[in-house]
Amino acid sequence: MSNQLDSTLALSQFHGGLKLEGHKQLSTRTPIASLPAQPRYIIPLLQHIGKAGEIVVRVGERVLKGQMLAQPRHLMSAPIHSPVSGTVHDIGDYPVPHPSGLNASCIVIDNDFKDEWVTRTAIGDEAYQMTPSVLRRMIRDAGIVGLGGAGFPTSVKQTEIDIKTLIINGVECEPYITCDDMLMRERAREIVSGSEIIGHIIKAREIIIAIEDNKPEAIAAMQAAIAADITSYFRVQVVPTIYPSGGEKQLIKVVLDKEVPINGLPNDIGVLCQNVGTAYAIYRKIYHDEPLISRVVTITGHGVQQPQNLEVAIGTPIQACIDFCGGYQEQYGPIIMGGPMMGFALQSAELPIIKVTNCLLASSNADPTVLPKTASHLPCIRCGRCVDVCPANLLPQQLYWYAGARNFEHLVEYHLFDCIECGCCAYVCPSQIPLVQYYRSAKSEIWEQERQRKQADIARQRHEAHQARLEKQKLEREEKLRLKREALKARPAAAPPAADNTIAAAKAAAIAAAMARVEAKKKQQGLAPKNTDNLSAEQQELIAAVEKRRQQSHRQDD
Amino acid sequence: MLFTKASSPFVRDDSSVQSIMRKVLYAMIPGSIAAIWFFGWGVLINLLLAATTCLAAEAWVLWMRQREIRASLFDGSALVTACLLALALPPLAPWWLTVIAALFAILMAKHLYGGLGFNPFNPAMVGYIVVMISFPREMTYWTAPLSVAQGWPNFLDTLNIIFAGQPAAGETFDTITMATPIDTLKTQLGLENGVEATRGSVQYGPLFGTLSGVGWEWINGLFLLGGLWLAKKKIIDWRIPTSFLLTLVLIANFFAVYDYSSYSSALFHVFSGGTMLAAFFIATDPVTASTTPRGRWIYGAGIAVLVYVIRSWGGYPDGIAFAVVLMNITVPLIDYYTQPRTFGKPLQ
Repeated sequence: MSNQLDSTLALSQFHGGLKLEGHKQLSTRTPIASLPAQPRYIIPLLQHIGKAGEIVVRVGERVLKGQMLAQPRHLMSAPIHSPVSGTVHDIGDYPVPHPSGLNASCIVIDNDFKDEWVTRTAIGDEAYQMTPSVLRRMIRDAGIVGLGGAGFPTSVKQTEIDIKTLIINGVECEPYITCDDMLMRERAREIVSGSEIIGHIIKAREIIIAIEDNKPEAIAAMQAAIAADITSYFRVQVVPTIYPSGGEKQLIKVVLDKEVPINGLPNDIGVLCQNVGTAYAIYRKIYHDEPLISRVVTITGHGVQQPQNLEVAIGTPIQACIDFCGGYQEQYGPIIMGGPMMGFALQSAELPIIKVTNCLLASSNADPTVLPKTASHLPCIRCGRCVDVCPANLLPQQLYWYAGARNFEHLVEYHLFDCIECGCCAYVCPSQIPLVQYYRSAKSEIWEQERQRKQADIARQRHEAHQARLEKQKLEREEKLRLKREALKARPAAAPPAADNTIAAAKAAAIAAAMARVEAKKKQQGLAPKNTDNLSAEQQELIAAVEKRRQQSHRQDD
Repeated sequence: MLFTKASSPFVRDDSSVQSIMRKVLYAMIPGSIAAIWFFGWGVLINLLLAATTCLAAEAWVLWMRQREIRASLFDGSALVTACLLALALPPLAPWWLTVIAALFAILMAKHLYGGLGFNPFNPAMVGYIVVMISFPREMTYWTAPLSVAQGWPNFLDTLNIIFAGQPAAGETFDTITMATPIDTLKTQLGLENGVEATRGSVQYGPLFGTLSGVGWEWINGLFLLGGLWLAKKKIIDWRIPTSFLLTLVLIANFFAVYDYSSYSSALFHVFSGGTMLAAFFIATDPVTASTTPRGRWIYGAGIAVLVYVIRSWGGYPDGIAFAVVLMNITVPLIDYYTQPRTFGKPLQ
């Protein structure tokens, strides 16, 4: 056992990082407790990175524990399940734990306290006879996402192409958080089983369980759990306690001395990282056919009476967890979801626990470290402390400069998007500049710009298409006219005059014809009546008299 | 229950600009005491005069710019500028010279560019250069160090010299001032007297001590100690002084070995004039120095090269101020071309 602990492999280290006060002992004094069932659960549709699922229940419908409430319609998506049996009370927008503080679609379940499960058929060790794609499908249907905090749909990561090493991440480098620590202490065998399933899916050649050296109990428990493994397929790797060694890229660097390439993924270098909580969730699915409907959450900080770890159903209101821990201390600050370095402040305690809620940190006002000291900050003096601690080896002071100047081109050039927002730079900044906030804001502005550019492109394409359509219509109209004209021209084919004065000539011709007709008529009128032939003398006298009168009257008229 | 919104990280260490500047000031104390000891009350009067002027100018300009006066005035940066300037000026410099230099440093070199954090050039060195170029005669008002002069002017006499320009009865500026060893050596070398000849001569010999000039070796030694403490406390970056001193030693040694009678030894260079003050307190000014790890090596080395060039072949006895400001100009370029390799970026 000790030979596994004192690994002969020399550990590497990443640039920068911090040694932080852990505050872990606050919440590790008591075993993981189970939170009693609550009357109502609020389950957000989107609890992971990616797209929300499609709701498959109706308001008023009775649902069973473990029943799917929303199913994924996209690769980057995950289903959600009912944590209890009961009825769908409502489907609508509710406040959810998110940095934006906005509302989002949720399904509200009223508990009937009957605890009726859907029919379950655990496959257990049969999993090893199944193909990876079938198992991946099962993990996907169980709604399992990365429980370390990011919430990346787990099955998507588990590609089987050339992944040699599986790293089970039990580092838990953020201060205060102990849910992974406690899980490893109490459920080591289950974590190992889950890890082995992942190893089977990705055809891993080795599984490394990485734990920071500030968790001796967890290290011992995991050692014991893999003691039976004589093939050294499993290995526990103790890593030094340096924040942020729990970051995927940093951990791979420490354990394997390999760097995940820029814009790349761990599987580009043959590695998959999974959190111990995720491995445990996979165990629950394979050996108990339970979807992801609960998790271990650390309720801690100097602002709560009895800090501890709780096993909590997804959707439980945060206030219920705080109440179970004896409520608040007299003086308390905001509740932070996640750790003090990367978490975010919640706008209220009425929000539900979601899949990625690893920790709720209620700071005490008497504990000034967990609150920003001042609202305003001094200018950057370019001391470079941020450069020294940046685990991504960036130049945070330059990024700050360009973020302030909104020089997005330079921000990209200085690798803003390789910033993992670990907060080391802001932690050491003597001017107390909220650097990470500047980077987040710059990132979202660049994304927004990108989105707008795409939209503008689409609009431009639309405009161009519209113009082309107008042009086409115009041409078509002209063509029609031309054809009509030609048809017109073709009719008086006898006299095709010059194109310009066709109409004038035609008019002139028509006028001339009409004149001719009038002339002819006049001529005809000027002739004697046709029935005047062979008249008698009397008749001729009569006619002459009439003519004479007519001429006289004509003269009178004149 | 609604909570206030804030952004991660929610924890910070207890560092602050004030504490950094305070420690820099602490580290300057031993060297400053040695300077007062060897060069008299003038140094102390310069320090007080520069500090008063700098703080007053800072307060005035902050008020003009409608900035919060209290936080910025007491961040300590103006005081550090004042001390660096005062320690660089000759002890018997007239009061207006110190005031002009201090005003120029704070108003022109610092606040016209936007104040703390935005000035591209080291304010103290800009102030120094202005008076160096404008008033070269007054810039030679150095007293002879204690052991050479058998005591420097007393406090009242010093006040009189600085504020009224009146040396005590029977004295003139020529009798109470004396060229610094670095200046003396330069002049003598210009007259084709060798290093050894100068140091061994009756007239100039007493100016030189074991390492460099009498007094100067102590002052430099104590600034070195203060600087090492700062580096250990991680208040300053160790790369700049290391690179600066190492380069200076290498170049000086090269020329001294090449022609020992025409070029001073590396030890002399390192412990003379403002070398240690520059290495640990001036070149390390974070605002105007390079901020990338590799850039800091280049920046320190660049200053050393310029200092040596100006000292050996330039028109001024000590070239620290020019060297620092010239390298300040190159900082944006250095920083641009020495960006560290981002995690995961392939090596070219």
